[in-house]
Amino acid sequence: MEKFEKLSGIAAPLPLINVDTDMIIPKQFLKTIKRSGLGINLFDEMRYDDDGNEIPDFVLNKPQYRDAQILVAGDNFGCGSSREHAPWAIKDFGIRCVIAPSYADIFYNNCFKNGILPIALPQDQVDVLMKEAEKGANARIEVDLEAQTVSTSDGEVFAFEVDAFKKHCLLEGLDDIGLTLAKADAIDVFEARAAQARPWV
Amino acid sequence: MSPKTLYDKIWDAHLAHEAEDGTCLLYIDRHLVHEVTSPQAFEGLRMANRTVRAPDKTIAVPDHNVPTTPDRVHGIENPESRIQVEALDKNAEDFGIHYYPVNDVRQGIVHIVGPEQGWTLPGMTVVCGDSHTATHGAFGALAHGIGTSEVEHVLATQTLIQTKSKNMKVEITGKLAPGVTAKDITLSVIGATGTAGGTGYVIEYCGEAIRDLSMEGRMTVCNMAIEGGARAGLIAPDDKTFAYVQGRPHAPKGAQWEAALNWWKTLYSDDDAHWDKVVTLKGEEIAPVVTWGTSPEDVLPINAEVPDPSSFAGGKVDAVKRALDYMGLKPGQKLSEVEIDTVFIGSCTNGRIEDLRAAAEILKGKKIAVKRAMIVPGSGLVRAQAEEEGLADIFKEAGFEWRLAGCSMCLAMNPDQLSPGERCAATSNRNFEGRQGRGGRTHLMSPAMAAAAAVTGRLTDIREMM
Ligand code: SF4
Repeated sequence: MEKFEKLSGIAAPLPLINVDTDMIIPKQFLKTIKRSGLGINLFDEMRYDDDGNEIPDFVLNKPQYRDAQILVAGDNFGCGSSREHAPWAIKDFGIRCVIAPSYADIFYNNCFKNGILPIALPQDQVDVLMKEAEKGANARIEVDLEAQTVSTSDGEVFAFEVDAFKKHCLLEGLDDIGLTLAKADAIDVFEARAAQARPWV
Repeated sequence: MSPKTLYDKIWDAHLAHEAEDGTCLLYIDRHLVHEVTSPQAFEGLRMANRTVRAPDKTIAVPDHNVPTTPDRVHGIENPESRIQVEALDKNAEDFGIHYYPVNDVRQGIVHIVGPEQGWTLPGMTVVCGDSHTATHGAFGALAHGIGTSEVEHVLATQTLIQTKSKNMKVEITGKLAPGVTAKDITLSVIGATGTAGGTGYVIEYCGEAIRDLSMEGRMTVCNMAIEGGARAGLIAPDDKTFAYVQGRPHAPKGAQWEAALNWWKTLYSDDDAHWDKVVTLKGEEIAPVVTWGTSPEDVLPINAEVPDPSSFAGGKVDAVKRALDYMGLKPGQKLSEVEIDTVFIGSCTNGRIEDLRAAAEILKGKKIAVKRAMIVPGSGLVRAQAEEEGLADIFKEAGFEWRLAGCSMCLAMNPDQLSPGERCAATSNRNFEGRQGRGGRTHLMSPAMAAAAAVTGRLTDIREMM
């Protein structure tokens, strides 16, 4: 997995609440058997009209946000379907960090498995960052995972929380299957014990 | 011993390892797999030269994008869908996992097949690369959706890296009024808590109205726990649960059954267990409901009116404006006057035999007044039973299409889709923009209400037809 340490990038504002994973990547793109190539269809139904032409008003179609690496959004981001195609599409587009007041559980976990940092901040701080993002390409937001901070171009700094294990894996780019397999002995022991206690499983 | 909730008990029984930093490995008893969220996971295993750790605990079935028209026995026409289903055929064979292929009568929606075949049992941990895995919580199992990377993790290690959720109790007291169903309960709970109200929690549903529900109804309630943001929803097992499970193909038998039963009977929340959040609804006050917007929390009793965006606060004001625009509705419009083009009865929320019986009761001797209507049974066995009970004839005579099992228009990955502006009364679980087809407008409701809408051509208060 790609490491995430620091990021200084353009932030795209998406001031919507309850952005669901059907919006992030509609189902017609779930038929792939690969993880890559979904960026072009990120937010497909908001981004393109029925004939496949770009809708100029949509934030990621605006010239100043085409290279956005950060997305600032409303409450309960990533709700709905568990599809990991949502973070795959976000990552494939080039976005490495999402900032929102809250996330749906599965989406939040999925981000970490794909080198994306989802940052949860209180609404008033997200409001500040949303305004910042609305300034366009001149305002770069800085994210420092080690220090757990987000900074605006005006020098305002917000601290965020992140689970220590998830942070570690992201900083080092670790594959957590490998980490778990290193504990195979513990799993063997548990499995043997469980087979005694609950043989019908 | 300190008092525990049901969730605490299942968690403790499956904790395989806890690291110093508190990271937990939870052992997984059942891993359900379908064609859409698994190809990349199997590919990952192959690339890393890994195997499936517990193939006997892994069950696969194609459901999401299989066609549901009878011609599917001749193969799947859409090349991408076909490739995905063929990939699952191959992965199941290569890795030696249990498999119900498309043309097996036991095939169906993964969350219907699991319980039906007795794979889902009380006290288990059950995961699937699908958010509606919460359905299995109806058996007092800890069941939740996972992403594809986690699917790969479970395939390789039979465990999941987890942090423990908080405990939330949702109590539905008293009796339900006539015409009110499990679907109305679960939608009303989301209406009360919001789609993020359960975030960070595992919900246990309890109270007299829950106890009174059949296993089918309990599955409907737990199914939508995710729509309230919760990681999982569960219901303590009782005699109804045990009776449902007994005799199923993969349920324990003989002495093992007795041993299992002894343990299952300990699976309830202790009286003085700690709850981080409690929500109580009075069963008598729950009305038949429908959704009017594009989030499952946008729910109101059928006799209400479309709300005004200005009656909301914060980000919801704009969200409601956007939703009403998308749904083509005006504030103040009576919900019962909204005309419907299409009716879809099915999905893992309401595709079980009891749901079809409820719909048949309304449809008996009637004709549909909508452009199209379809019933998609949740599994081949549900379909067979409905045919045996004569329900299929009622549906066909009423003008419904009688389909083969699958997810179908719940997510419209197969050819069953709404066209832009088409308005659908659906028994599924998501009314998101574009969920049932680009520009499609979805109103969620119970099977009886959807059947009533099919007959009148508009959203209809089921109580008027009783
Ligand atoms: S029926 Fe709908 S919600 Fe259920 S598993 Fe299929 S797509 Fe998901």
